[in-house]
Amino acid sequence: MSFAWAKPYEPKSDFSRWIDQRLPLPRLVYGAIGGGYPVPRNLNYFWNFGVLAGVFLTIQIITGIVLAMHYYASVDGAFTSIEHIMRNVNAGWMMRYAHANGASFFFIVTYIHIFRSLYYGSYKAPRELVWMLGLVIYLLMMATAFMGYVLPWGQMSYWGAQVITGFFSAFPVVGEPIRIWLLGGFTPDQAALTRFFSLHYLLPFVIFGVVILHIWGLHIPGSSNPTGVDVKAERDTLPFHPFYTAKDGWFLGLVLAAFAAVLFFAPNALGHPDNYIPANPLSTPAHIVPEWYFLPFYAILKAFTIDFILPAKLWGVLAMFASILLLFFLSWLDRSPVRSGSYRPVFKRFFWILVADVVVLGWAGGSTPTPAVVAISQIATAYYFAHFLIILPLISKFERPLPLPSSISASVLHGEKQESAPYGLAKTAPAPAE
Amino acid sequence: MATLEQVEPANGQDDGIRRRDFINVAAVSFAGVGAVAVVLPLVTQMSPSADVLAMASTEVDISKIAPGQAIKTSWRKQPVFVRNLTAPEIAAAKKVAMSELRDPQSLAERTKAGKENWLITLGVCTHLGCVPLGVAEGENRGDFGGYFCPCHGSHYDTAARIRKGPAPTNLVVPDYSFTSDTVVTIGLGEEV
Repeated sequence: MSFAWAKPYEPKSDFSRWIDQRLPLPRLVYGAIGGGYPVPRNLNYFWNFGVLAGVFLTIQIITGIVLAMHYYASVDGAFTSIEHIMRNVNAGWMMRYAHANGASFFFIVTYIHIFRSLYYGSYKAPRELVWMLGLVIYLLMMATAFMGYVLPWGQMSYWGAQVITGFFSAFPVVGEPIRIWLLGGFTPDQAALTRFFSLHYLLPFVIFGVVILHIWGLHIPGSSNPTGVDVKAERDTLPFHPFYTAKDGWFLGLVLAAFAAVLFFAPNALGHPDNYIPANPLSTPAHIVPEWYFLPFYAILKAFTIDFILPAKLWGVLAMFASILLLFFLSWLDRSPVRSGSYRPVFKRFFWILVADVVVLGWAGGSTPTPAVVAISQIATAYYFAHFLIILPLISKFERPLPLPSSISASVLHGEKQESAPYGLAKTAPAPAE
Repeated sequence: MATLEQVEPANGQDDGIRRRDFINVAAVSFAGVGAVAVVLPLVTQMSPSADVLAMASTEVDISKIAPGQAIKTSWRKQPVFVRNLTAPEIAAAKKVAMSELRDPQSLAERTKAGKENWLITLGVCTHLGCVPLGVAEGENRGDFGGYFCPCHGSHYDTAARIRKGPAPTNLVVPDYSFTSDTVVTIGLGEEV
C-alpha cells in the first residue's frame, strides 16, 4: 500500500508507543489522512469534494440522530412532530433545516465529485473498484434521501412514496406483490412509514462502511490527479498532512459558509411548499416532483410514452435504473488509456455536452410534461445513453490525445528548479523508488 | 485443534473422500436449512399485517349519488371512485371500438349486469399511483370525459379506460357486490 517513500508512523511518546503495539489505530489514521499518505502535488480544487462529501455525511448523521430524538414515526404524529421540532424544541428548527439542506449539499458535492471523476478519468484502471464503490454509495444515498423525504408525512412525502414504490409495479407479475411487500400494505401507511424510518436510520451507517472501503480502495494506487499521469517519484507527491488537510480545511470553511447562508437565509429554497401540507391519501398534489437531485432521473422516467414491445411505464423504469447501472461498466466503455480529459480534445467537448444534457434533463424533470418538454426529455435521454454506449467507445477508438507530460512534477514545475522545493521540503534528491 | 485426523485409505476408498466429509457436508447443510428457515419470517414480516388485511371490505351508501355525480370513498386506504353514469356517458363508452383501446374492455365487463350506470373503480392511476381528477364538480375530466391524472397526463374515458398518456391499463375495478339497491360492498370475498 502506498508509495515506498511514505513516511512511517513514529509514536512520539511512551503512551502512543504502548497503544501502537496493541491497537495501531493512530498508525492507520496517520497512513490514511496524515503525513504518511503521499498525494500528487498537482491536485486542483475539484479534488476537495471527496472530503466535503465525507463532512456532509457526518453532518447528516449528527443532525439526524438529534432529530430522531424528537420525531415520531406515526402517520398521526409524524407531521405534528416535525412542527414540534420546528416550533418547540430548542434549536430544533436549526437541526431540521441543517438536515434538509445538508442532504442537498451532500448531493451537490457528490455530483461535483462524480463529474470530476468523469472528466479526469478517475474510473479507469487501476481505480475501477473505487469508482464502483462510489456508485454503490450514490445508490445508497438515493435510497436514504428518498426514505428521509417520506418521514415528515407531508403531501410530497406521501405521494413521492406512492410514485416511487409504484416503479416496482411496472414489472410484470412480480411487480405488484413486491410493491405491497415493500409497503406492508396497499398504499403507503403506518407500516411503510415505520420501516422507512428504521432503514433511514440504518443506511447512513452502511454508507459510512462503504466509504471506508472506497477510501481503502483509493489508497492502494493513491489519488488520481489532473494530468492522469501516474506518480513516479517522491517529487511528484506531498504528504496529505499538512498540505491537503490545510487545503481541504480552508475550502471546507468556504463551503460551510455557503451552507450557513442557505441554512439561515433561504432554508426552504430547495424544498417544496406542498410538503408543509399533511399527507392526504385521497388527494394528489397538482404537480408531483421529487427533490431537485432526482430530477434528471425523473425526466428519464417520464420520457417514455409509447408502448414498444414492453409497456411505456416499464421502459421508463428500466431506463431510469439503467441510467445509473450502466455507469458500473464505464471503466470498460471508455477504452482510452489516457485518463485526464485535459489531454483528450474530443472527449473534452463531449464531456461538456453531457454536463449540459444532464442539466437539461434536470430542467425537464421539474417541468410540467407538455408535449414540448416531453420531446426535449426524449432527446436528452437518448443522448445520455448514446454518450456512454456509443460516443465514448468511439472517441476512445478514434481520438488522438495530446502529448502527456513526462511526470506530474514536470507538468507543474515548468522547468523552474527552485519551485521543486517549496517550503524547504523534498530537499533530498528523490531516489528511484522501489 | 484437538486431533488431526489422518486420511485413512483403509476402507478401500482412495478417491480422497473421507467419512468426515459427510459429517462436514451434513453439518453445514443443516445449518444452511436453519438459516433459510430464519429468513422466511424475516421476509414475511414485511408483508401486510393482519390489521391491514382486516380492512379488506367497506360498505358504501350510493343512494345520494345522482346521475352524473361521483363520490370518492376509501377502501384499504386507497381511494375508490363510485360514479353514477348518465345515459350519454354510457352511450359514449359503448360507442368506442375495442381496437381503439390500449386495454380492451367493454363497459359491460367493467360494471354489473343491470347496473350499467354504476362505475366503481379504484382512484389510483395505473401509471404511478396518483389520484386522478374528475370526481368533484368542475375538475378536469380529460379529453375523453372520464378522469384525468394530473401527475403525468393520463386520460381515462367515461368507462375509466385508459385512452391517452403513460398509464398502461384501465383504472382497476375492485371486487364488489350490491348488498341492496342502495348499498355496495367493496372488497367482498377478495383473497389477498
